[in-house]
Amino acid sequence: MLSQESLQQIDREVAKYPPEQKQSAVMAALRIAQVEKGWLANETIEFVANYLGMPPIAAYEVASFYNMYDLQPVGRHKITVCTNLPCALSGGVHAAEYLKEKLGIDFNETTPDGLFTLKEGECMGACGDAPVLLHNNHRMCSWMTKERIDQLLAELGGK
Amino acid sequence: MLEIEIDGKQLAVEDGSTVMDAATQAGVYIPHFCYHKKLSIAASCRMCLVQVEKAPKPLPACATPVTAGMKVWTRSEAAIKAQKGVMEFLLINHPLDCPICDQGGECQLQDIAVGYGGVTSRYQEEKRVVFNKNLGPLVSTDMTRCINCTRCVRFTTEIAGEMELGQAFRGEHAEIMPFIEKTVDSELSGNIIDLCPVGALTSKPFRFSARTWEMSRRRAVSPHDSLGANLIVQTKHDVVMRVLPYENEELNECWLSDKDRFSYEGLNSDERLTTPQIKQGGEWKAVDWQTALEFVANGLAGVARDHGGEAIGALASPHATVEELFLLQKLTRGLGSGNVDFRLRQSDFRADAARAGAPWLGMKVAEVGELNRLLVIGSFLRKDNPLLAQRVRQAARRGLHVSVVGPTADDWLLPVRQRALVAPSAMVDSLGQIVVALAAEKGAEVDALLRDRLPAQAGDEARAIAASLASGRKVAVWLSNLAVQDRRAAELQQLANEIARLCGGRAGVIGEAANSVGGYLAAALPSAGGLDARGMLEQARKAYVVLGAEPDLDFANPALTRAALGTAQLVVALSAFDAESLREVADVMLPVAPFAETSGTFVNCEGRAQSFVAVARPQGDTRPAWKVLRVLGNLLALPGFDYQDSEAVRDEALAGDIATRLDNRVGEIAPFAVVPATCERVTDVPIHFADPLVRRAPALARSRDAAAPVARASAATLAALGVEAGARVRLAQEGGRVDLAIVADDGVAAGCVRVPAAHPATAGLGAMSGAISVERI
Amino acid sequence: MILAGCDGDRSWRLQDYLARGGYAALKKIVAEKIPQETIIAELKTSVLRGRGGAGFPTGLKWSFMPRSFPGDKYLACNSDEGEPGTFKDRDILRYNPHSVIEGMAIAAYAMGAARGYNYIHGEIFEIYQRFEEALEEARAAQLIGQNILGSDFSFELFAHHGYGAYICGEETALLESIEGKKGQPRFKPPFPASYGLYGKPTTINNTETFASVPFIMNMGGEGFLNLGKPNNGGMKLFSVSGHVNRPGNYEVPMGTPFAELLEMAGGMRGGRKLKAVIPGGSSAPVVPAGIMMDCTMDYDSISKAGSMLGSGAVIVMDETTCMVKALERLSYFYFEESCGQCTPCREGTGWLYRVVHRIEHGLGRPDDLDLLNSVTANIMGRTICALGDAASMPVQSFVKHFGDEFMYHIENKKCLVPPEVQYAGSQIYVSPSC
Ligand SMILES: Cc1cc2nc3c(=O)[nH]c(=O)nc-3n(C[C@H](O)[C@H](O)[C@H](O)COP(=O)(O)O)c2cc1C
Ligand code: SF4
Ligand code: FES
Repeated sequence: MLSQESLQQIDREVAKYPPEQKQSAVMAALRIAQVEKGWLANETIEFVANYLGMPPIAAYEVASFYNMYDLQPVGRHKITVCTNLPCALSGGVHAAEYLKEKLGIDFNETTPDGLFTLKEGECMGACGDAPVLLHNNHRMCSWMTKERIDQLLAELGGK
Repeated sequence: MLEIEIDGKQLAVEDGSTVMDAATQAGVYIPHFCYHKKLSIAASCRMCLVQVEKAPKPLPACATPVTAGMKVWTRSEAAIKAQKGVMEFLLINHPLDCPICDQGGECQLQDIAVGYGGVTSRYQEEKRVVFNKNLGPLVSTDMTRCINCTRCVRFTTEIAGEMELGQAFRGEHAEIMPFIEKTVDSELSGNIIDLCPVGALTSKPFRFSARTWEMSRRRAVSPHDSLGANLIVQTKHDVVMRVLPYENEELNECWLSDKDRFSYEGLNSDERLTTPQIKQGGEWKAVDWQTALEFVANGLAGVARDHGGEAIGALASPHATVEELFLLQKLTRGLGSGNVDFRLRQSDFRADAARAGAPWLGMKVAEVGELNRLLVIGSFLRKDNPLLAQRVRQAARRGLHVSVVGPTADDWLLPVRQRALVAPSAMVDSLGQIVVALAAEKGAEVDALLRDRLPAQAGDEARAIAASLASGRKVAVWLSNLAVQDRRAAELQQLANEIARLCGGRAGVIGEAANSVGGYLAAALPSAGGLDARGMLEQARKAYVVLGAEPDLDFANPALTRAALGTAQLVVALSAFDAESLREVADVMLPVAPFAETSGTFVNCEGRAQSFVAVARPQGDTRPAWKVLRVLGNLLALPGFDYQDSEAVRDEALAGDIATRLDNRVGEIAPFAVVPATCERVTDVPIHFADPLVRRAPALARSRDAAAPVARASAATLAALGVEAGARVRLAQEGGRVDLAIVADDGVAAGCVRVPAAHPATAGLGAMSGAISVERI
Repeated sequence: MILAGCDGDRSWRLQDYLARGGYAALKKIVAEKIPQETIIAELKTSVLRGRGGAGFPTGLKWSFMPRSFPGDKYLACNSDEGEPGTFKDRDILRYNPHSVIEGMAIAAYAMGAARGYNYIHGEIFEIYQRFEEALEEARAAQLIGQNILGSDFSFELFAHHGYGAYICGEETALLESIEGKKGQPRFKPPFPASYGLYGKPTTINNTETFASVPFIMNMGGEGFLNLGKPNNGGMKLFSVSGHVNRPGNYEVPMGTPFAELLEMAGGMRGGRKLKAVIPGGSSAPVVPAGIMMDCTMDYDSISKAGSMLGSGAVIVMDETTCMVKALERLSYFYFEESCGQCTPCREGTGWLYRVVHRIEHGLGRPDDLDLLNSVTANIMGRTICALGDAASMPVQSFVKHFGDEFMYHIENKKCLVPPEVQYAGSQIYVSPSC
């Protein structure tokens, strides 16, 4: 179900917690699984739950509670733009509008070629760098002027 | 103790109490939804907010610990304001569909809203809609009504022992759900219906069939397992519509197993026998009671006259009432026969001659919570007795260490500290080793009766179990169904007693059925020289009276039973159901009242006699069995059959102090010749097939627990047998064979194949314990 | 202080931290076996107040940990920084992670905790990875782990990565999250000091709080206190965002006038007029320009102005801002981030958002402002955690100070701020200094 490499990473996470608290590693395990699979299908969540010896619904609670897990397939590149007030004051909303226009999609939509998904994000703790966006959850891009958005999309294989 | 004041009332409460506890003690009602006395505290609905002196904010009564001198106001302006505020929030997204809601009339939200809700809603936005979930055949959902109190989630996790429901998503999108596509399969699932304070979770079988105020309600006692759960039975026009728990803290608390709750559906089964029937020339014919009873009386008198009374055998279900069992044995003995028994699934009766009294739990059910060490022998605890298992689960949370000896390792959803996974035939040796280890540990002498029969040495498992038991303060050793039904049950009893004695604990027998203790007290047992349940079938009688049992499903050896009954000259069946296997062997069938349609008494595992009255009129021409037996006694001109009512029968049957008649001790037991088998049968009785009523309840029949039986064996055993997991195999025993799929299950002891009984698919087999052969097909 | 001399590429490395005098405090404590009480007393003297938002005195908090508890005690560092406007902890972890590690090690020593976790905000994965690396460095140098610096003091420290839930910044939600559950806050009492992570005594502090500890140990409690002003000890990081020329983190002594801070941040963008400031993160009540300009940046002064210093996130809004739209976005945030556990918050945040949204979209009703005030009153103080209050305070303060703007919206179905002016300050803006 998951690659050997992912399982090793999960084991490393499990080792951070007391032996009888394997469940503590569920957030990390779901993250690692999502990186490998692109999103969290029910089977993936169930696999992770069984791997950690916890009820599947408890893992599902976690997967559905935290924003950054994707319970539906997303494009190869998920772009999450912060539009919260501090960012909005420095162009966060405008950056999002620009992305929508360029990609031709709205929030929570994926481009027909399956390349991009656009999401609206909440505060990323980087308001001083506004506009900010996250690429595939793990890479933060700051000061996203139109030019830099164009650059990013080009780098990621878009127009 | 702490002195506090609630609404001006002074009271002293225990340290560690919450304001809610104190209010309950003071008789003050504080509205609440998430709080439930048996569940952990969530403090999330906020309905119980009260005003506390010096607190800047209202505090939730359910979670606020009392402190000395605390002053609480539950109905002050500030408290009411907070409560009304919460009520408004609860209602903004709640549908206003009370007129079509099954909870109507018994809805906490509705009740409290009447007291605390506003007249019109200030919330003019769109209401939330939540999709329904499929929780299985028993619980129906209307999730839009859910107020997220999480009682159901906490119930599955804490009481039922497995988190089958959760609250997924967050904020306003929070939803109660099982893991996608899964249902709630716990044998205790129906309790979430009672716990749900709104109409989000309701009974699927009951759905839309009646409104609460149209029904009359009476108390009753569950006719299934040996716990004796107390029930409220609701009827409409003499039809049982619904069964709810009657709270009894000492037995079922506020819970019921699904079997207790939903088996009533079997009462309305198409298979109800509603007229007396006689087989003439191979054809069944309905007759009136007079004809039927005279036929039976003449038949039995004739057999007694021609072949002697001992040619008659009486076999009764352990689910029959004390009154029924008492009259049946009286009738049988009156006919000159000592052949009576109610222990239909047992196969070892060697202890009968050496018993000090009726086998019982050895303690009160309520005392289970105080145990700190427990050894369970030969058990499917969760399915044998779900609510007792629940008590053990709660005790385990508080530090009870559970050890297990037996051939299966099913998940009881509680921690098992030590386990000896051994074949049934090795249980005697296993217990013997524990005795040896325990005697060594305690430096004590072993009972002289056992000394020569014990193994020389104890293995690691036995020593670990002995060490656990030896360190106990309050210890119990229980024999459960598989042990009681085993071929060497008598020795198992003897050894369990010895283990208990050595560690200063108590030995007990859980008991298979509602009246497993009551049958002993009612003397539904063979007389000295009489035949027990097995003897009566091995040495076929000329005539049988069968009460409340089906030949293929309720006996230790269906093949043997069918054969013996099949060749008898006269078989009289007293039954609530027109079962095919009865039709085949019986000559006359008398429709007798099942649960709910008769008065009677059950004596539960702790020796508590619980009497009940009929809550519905018997269907068709059905009559209570005790009345039928009384009339038969009269027709046969036997003395002592002039009872006015069932209470008179009970008073005679249970005369004296029951407590003095309960005793698990046994004396010397004749040795048993063990015939080695390459493959041994391990038999469970699936929970929803255990008795004639429950196996006819349609909703339960769709539950996971009623899945079609398969054979199970460990991967190693499968390999040794040369069969693959998933293959179909032919299982054969002396007397019969059946074909079944076999699956790998490492929770089955080596060298064993687990095959359920009490199911049509396996009724072709022989004895529940002993050798079985497995062949690929 | 914490960020002094720290920049992009190397300052986060152990070598650099050691060169800046890092780990001196820990080494001294371990070598001299300084009594636990002495450390806690020093902290009390410093009047270091928690930097996570509530401003609770840290020394006092540490003294609540049961001394003689048998078995594990835990430490948790709150780097879940999700309060809109706050971005200081990220920079601490980015530029000076070892100050946090050292602070936690000292805390563990002072409270007898054997294990600690740093809970890092989900959206800053790169920072989490860097922190993991810093932990490796510290472990290799025997600064954390078994027998620290050859002593009998051991402390295991790990990083736990969040994955997108503001509520996990609430300390008990954070503990639930480390336990591998949904981040739903626990009802208190019991407090974490007696029943925390895995049911064991636990102390939780903010990243900046821990990072301040080594400095206090080095300069002495007195010295730290004197950096700021009485009852408001030390330096503090302020995250300045919004309509200023140089958004960013500014570490200044407590009690620095707001006007000075605004100046440091380059002043108002485009020379526009200041309209309002949210001085302590989005949960803090908004303060109109006039009142704000008279404040100094410390707990007491801001509190007198009717708001909170909170996490030190200063959101600056100029005259082009529509206050209804601003509140709508904040209300949406709390609605989305409510954990869903308790009724007033789960149901109430959605209600608030929908009403504000309606007003912004020209569907407001005359009694909506009363409704908002009444709904917030029904949420505040009635929830398990402070998110209920956090969601209510912006609504109450926006309505209180900018009620006219809301009424204008309701009556005229459009903004008081003329459309051509609106957003002028909010175009995509990148500070020239970046
Ligand atoms: C909804 C909510 C969000 C919070 N978010 C944070 C946060 O992101 N970072 C933080 O340090 N404290 C946050 N807090 C405060 C913490 O609960 C806690 O008071 C703090 O971490 C204690 O550390 P301190 O004493 O060092 O300030 C939050 C509180 C609430 C109620
Ligand atoms: S106030 Fe909101 S976030 Fe806090 S516990 Fe209650 S529902 Fe959860
Ligand atoms: S009953 Fe107390 S909060 Fe729900």
